[in-house]
Amino acid sequence: MRDVYLIGCGMTKFGEIWESSFRDLFVEAGLKAIKDAGVDHLDSMYVGTMTSGLFVGQEHVGALMADYLGMAPIPAVRVESACCSGGLAVRMGFLDIASGNSDIVLAGGVEKMNDGADVTFALSTAADQEYECYHGVTFPGLYAMIARAHMDRYGTTRDQLAQVAVKNHFNGSMNPNAQFPRKVTLEQVKNAVLVADPLTVLDSSPVSDGGACVILASEEVAKKLQKPMIKIIGSGVATDSLALDQREDITALNAVKVSAERAFKMAGLKPTDIDLAEVHDCFTIAEICILEELGFAERGKGGLFTEQGHTALTGKIPINTSGGLKSKGHPVGATGAAQIVEIYEQLTGKSGERQIKNAKIGLSQNMGGSGASSVTHIFSLM
Amino acid sequence: MPSPRYRREMPQRYRLEAGKCKGCGKIFFPPRLICNKCGSEDFEQVVLPENGKIVTFTIIRVAPAQFEAEVPYAIAIVELENGVRITTQVVDCDTEKLEIGNEVKLVFRKVQEEGKTGIILYGYKAVLA
Repeated sequence: MRDVYLIGCGMTKFGEIWESSFRDLFVEAGLKAIKDAGVDHLDSMYVGTMTSGLFVGQEHVGALMADYLGMAPIPAVRVESACCSGGLAVRMGFLDIASGNSDIVLAGGVEKMNDGADVTFALSTAADQEYECYHGVTFPGLYAMIARAHMDRYGTTRDQLAQVAVKNHFNGSMNPNAQFPRKVTLEQVKNAVLVADPLTVLDSSPVSDGGACVILASEEVAKKLQKPMIKIIGSGVATDSLALDQREDITALNAVKVSAERAFKMAGLKPTDIDLAEVHDCFTIAEICILEELGFAERGKGGLFTEQGHTALTGKIPINTSGGLKSKGHPVGATGAAQIVEIYEQLTGKSGERQIKNAKIGLSQNMGGSGASSVTHIFSLM
Repeated sequence: MPSPRYRREMPQRYRLEAGKCKGCGKIFFPPRLICNKCGSEDFEQVVLPENGKIVTFTIIRVAPAQFEAEVPYAIAIVELENGVRITTQVVDCDTEKLEIGNEVKLVFRKVQEEGKTGIILYGYKAVLA
């Protein structure tokens, strides 16, 4: 396999972006990434979107975006794995270059969630339609069941859940692209409207519009363009059952664990080697479980680890410096690519007030559904 | 929900029919074509027990359109007496008093309506035992 480098990125602001259409969001992010990388052509592209058909009635997204980016007739593939569509699009771009098939690839994602669709229903299609959704399960409901089981088994507290939101909103308050760039307090999170007990609306990521793209390149191209050498040193994907009830341990996210093990093995690194990570905090409990699966915290201690401040900007492993899905927003198909935008900016020293000093190695972890798919990438400033 | 799709799931929703792997004995609900434990494709039909206990639960307060009139309602993962876990609503109870470990029994109930002119969709729900 050939080495693959990250040479540029771009994203839209996340939020309720009424002035931009589904295609505008992707093209805006794509053009920013192309200009940032300074490339004059693409060999192929991968577009992540979860359910554009339900959100805006549009499928056949690869060709649409290639055309509107002015890149047709290049090969363009739409990638779908629920909320980890964007991260998986980057994985496909990575494989395309690693295999020797392409030298310059655009990979990213987009979602337009605020155009009037039944968002709760559209998102629930990432769960088991016949045996979860049929009974009225929602995504907040699935994560709420994980949260209650985690609290019951490990003693994770309501305050610890809320601390994830407080920390991520603090980080997001310094991110101009964030949907909700403002701080929240522990009391505000706990006393917000319940969505699915014990999770409140402030334990939940918002409904967002947005696009994010990265440009990947072979070593030869990256050197020729004289870009900062950010190498993808680890890439792992894994799957699990769609239905939460089919898993032996309801508090474990095995796909996250295995995707990370694969990425760490490829990189030859361990969790303590990572300087910062962007992880899939679609709900506060998700970040706590992911800390455990990635090996940053001990099993059952993700809440305590957060409470002790280890995941803060000044902690031993800063998590979600961008504000995470919680504050930055979660346009589902775009999220995985936007996480990588944050890692790129951190490793190239462009993160302003929320910059982690001397960040050399960053990790991104993006997952689909209640954890049925996960993709983990590790990036290194060479 | 198109009627053929609904009809296909009736053995599970009406009668709790599951598939037991003849290779290793693992029971699948819903039934599968291949066992994810031993790889066998040989199954026998078994019926799930109706009694079990709550493993975890939540109270849904924001629902998809077809369940909006029912909020708040409880959803649980129930572990049945043979170890099989299913996701179901818990009804006829004070949802605020539910706890992990509560013993429940599956009963046959209406689950959804297919719009104003469509069919009525049935299935299992749990009540406190």
